[in-house]
Amino acid sequence: MEHAAAHAATELTPLVTHAASYLWLIPFFPLVGAFINATLGVRLQRRFGKGLVHSIGIGAMAMSFIVACAAFVQLVGLDSEHRFLQDTLWNIFTAGKVTVDLGFALDPLSMMMTLIITFIGMLIHVFSTGYMADEPSYWRFFAYLNLFVFSMLLLVMGDNFVLMFFGWEGVGLCSYLLIAFWYTDPQKAAAGMKAFVTNRFGDFGFILGLFLLFWALGGVWQKAPDGKLTYVENDPHAETALAAAHGEGHDAEYVKIGPTLNFRELRDQVVIKSTGVAEKLKSQKMFGFGLLAMVGILFFVGAMGKSAQLPLHVWLPDAMAGPTPVSALIHAATMVTAGVYMVARLNFIFALSPTAMGWVAFIGALTALFAASIGFFQYDIKKVLAYSTVSQLGFMFIGVGVGAYWAGAYHLLTHAFFKATLFLGSGSVILGCHHEQDMRKMGGLGKLMPVTKWTYLIACWAIAGFPWASGFYSKDEILWKAFSQEGMAFLGIAAPHLGQIIYFMGIVAATGTSFYMFRSYYMTFTGEYRGGHGHADGHADGHGHGNDAHGHAHVPHESPRSITLVLVALATGAVLAAVIGVPMAWTGHAPLLEQWLEPTLPAVVLFAEYAHSTEFLFQFIGVSAGVIGWAFARALYKDNKSQVPAQLLSRWKGAWNVVYNKYFVDELYQATVLRGSVGLARGLSWFDKHIIDAMVNLAGAVTRIFANIDGAIDRYLVDGAVNFVAGATLSAGRVMRRVQTGRIQTYLYGALVGAIALVLFNFLIR
Amino acid sequence: MALTLNHFLVIGALLFGFGLLAVVTRRNAVAVLMGIELILNAANLNLVAFGRYVAGNISGQVFSLFVIVLAAAEAAVGLAIILAIYQMLRNIDTSQATTLKE
Repeated sequence: MEHAAAHAATELTPLVTHAASYLWLIPFFPLVGAFINATLGVRLQRRFGKGLVHSIGIGAMAMSFIVACAAFVQLVGLDSEHRFLQDTLWNIFTAGKVTVDLGFALDPLSMMMTLIITFIGMLIHVFSTGYMADEPSYWRFFAYLNLFVFSMLLLVMGDNFVLMFFGWEGVGLCSYLLIAFWYTDPQKAAAGMKAFVTNRFGDFGFILGLFLLFWALGGVWQKAPDGKLTYVENDPHAETALAAAHGEGHDAEYVKIGPTLNFRELRDQVVIKSTGVAEKLKSQKMFGFGLLAMVGILFFVGAMGKSAQLPLHVWLPDAMAGPTPVSALIHAATMVTAGVYMVARLNFIFALSPTAMGWVAFIGALTALFAASIGFFQYDIKKVLAYSTVSQLGFMFIGVGVGAYWAGAYHLLTHAFFKATLFLGSGSVILGCHHEQDMRKMGGLGKLMPVTKWTYLIACWAIAGFPWASGFYSKDEILWKAFSQEGMAFLGIAAPHLGQIIYFMGIVAATGTSFYMFRSYYMTFTGEYRGGHGHADGHADGHGHGNDAHGHAHVPHESPRSITLVLVALATGAVLAAVIGVPMAWTGHAPLLEQWLEPTLPAVVLFAEYAHSTEFLFQFIGVSAGVIGWAFARALYKDNKSQVPAQLLSRWKGAWNVVYNKYFVDELYQATVLRGSVGLARGLSWFDKHIIDAMVNLAGAVTRIFANIDGAIDRYLVDGAVNFVAGATLSAGRVMRRVQTGRIQTYLYGALVGAIALVLFNFLIR
Repeated sequence: MALTLNHFLVIGALLFGFGLLAVVTRRNAVAVLMGIELILNAANLNLVAFGRYVAGNISGQVFSLFVIVLAAAEAAVGLAIILAIYQMLRNIDTSQATTLKE
């Protein structure tokens, strides 16, 4: 692409930062909101009602959004190369060469994320006021939501890995808390734990990658002739050398080289060629495997956990146990895209290693295909959306994997809008059907819930990739870039056709996406209402909703204003987001979002050159994929008339079973990881009981024997001596007491004898 | 044979010895008191004898008079104590009167 060429031609320079001392306010407001609701919420709710509780939550979000907008305005006002706002509050710690500041940075990429988080977050807070209206622990819900937004903002705005990791773990915690929000239901509590544990597994990969990268920046291990590995530290004078190389010696050319946790410092030293850091990183190997590939793969393991990629995707469908606004905010729009954000943020690292790129893109494609096929046969509307999310995240990873970072980020943005719309639409449906989630018991809701229907349809249109809705532009750009990427490698082996394989997988997945989304639409909104008798289940009564006029409790109804307004706003966003991504082939200049993100994505990625006509052809293929999926869904599921699905079902029962049960991945985990860990635990328990305890008991017995001997010595030897002294004193006293008769005569005897003795003695001496 | 100082001294020593013997051996408190009287008188005899043969004046007899007075007082006090002991213990055996020991 021309832009890549432009990057390669001009030498990149260090980022120029602009101080913006108000950035800390953006995450601060949600933190305050969370704090107030968490500590005082229960009392506020009891005394002033739920209105105050959600006012605090929404108010915090609104203020945060306003500050984010202000930052956006300031950022837009700057030159495109200078768009970097920095707000360092204080130093957290300094240890050797590591300096970690509590600092917030906004560049175009994190600005985009911040706007998504605060804007969609705010809308979803509003939606929650309607959806959770009957929840007794309303305050707890809003406290968690605000805490989540705080963590997410920390993740995207933190200017170093430590803050990012803090946010990364924070969103994991909030995800756990919110999935298990109705913790009295053991199944939901278990879903929360599953999400947490799976995420922890991914986080382990993330932190390993971080350590490895940090270590690699410090220096190089070199093999001496005698086969010994020796550690050669990076030249500490490299900084000055760089300044000298540039000749003019202005301060702007000063770049810190060496281990760092700061994204900007990392970017500067990797991106600027004259530092030599990129070359050094590329040449490093570990166990014969490229170190950068390892770093990329480990970082991506973290992303796999957080963004539910194969094989760590298992937690996301279960996470639907949480309240629907949570599914929309955390498990569709924001948190699960953290992995995509992270890869895009570290684009200059990933782009250096074809293996890491291939790995990310291939896992993404595999996930997109795999999850889309599971989505075909789910009946739970939220499960369909959950697998759709997994699949769409796969698309994003194809984008950031093949090097089309802006396209991945763009799909993240459009997906945030249309998937939030879909989830909130499903929430509206679930609310309307009295907490029924099974699509077989819905149908015909289009007449009863017109706003929900139309917004849902628009979002389906967007996700299926029909032109003029946002999904088309982002998905086509990703697949097109995947096709024209020929420089990737698969586990160290160059694979020029990997991009085309991924394209093929992606286009199949896109067809599937269109199919299952329209299937859910037709099953839910067309035909006749099939529910109405399922309301009696205990689950629905557990947390029914407030608009339940008991006269017509069994008829679905449109949701309250707070919900429909949000749906309309989000659906509008899903359409309008198309404006910033209209491809170059149509307009002749780069898409607005690509221009906007360009300074943040300095990675040099080369794509094969094709004529615009080829690009149009691929767009046509993309649209037809969507149309085919839609046509099948319409034929099979519209108005619930067709008998074909039932026939197919009976014919392919076996295959259907495998897909419906999610390819038995959970069972596979059960058999391998869970049983393995339980077996290991049993083994360790046995070892503990029989070996360790035996050793402990032996030590105890030996000690006891020694103690007995010691006791005997004490009792018989030491005490004996003491008692002997005492006894001797006593008997001596007894003997001596006789002398003290108390009779004067006895004493006189003594005196007399003494006197006589003296006299006699006197004579004798003489 | 004329009386010399030595005769008096021998008599005095004998008196002292008898008195001391009485004090040491007798259990009866009155007898002990009598022994003390003997010892005092032995001393008196020596004082008078030394006054006559050595000093040649009456200072020895004056000393004796004081001692006699003292002995009388002492006998009175001693008998009073013995009476008190008797009233308490119903005997005057010195081996029984051991309450001061405690």
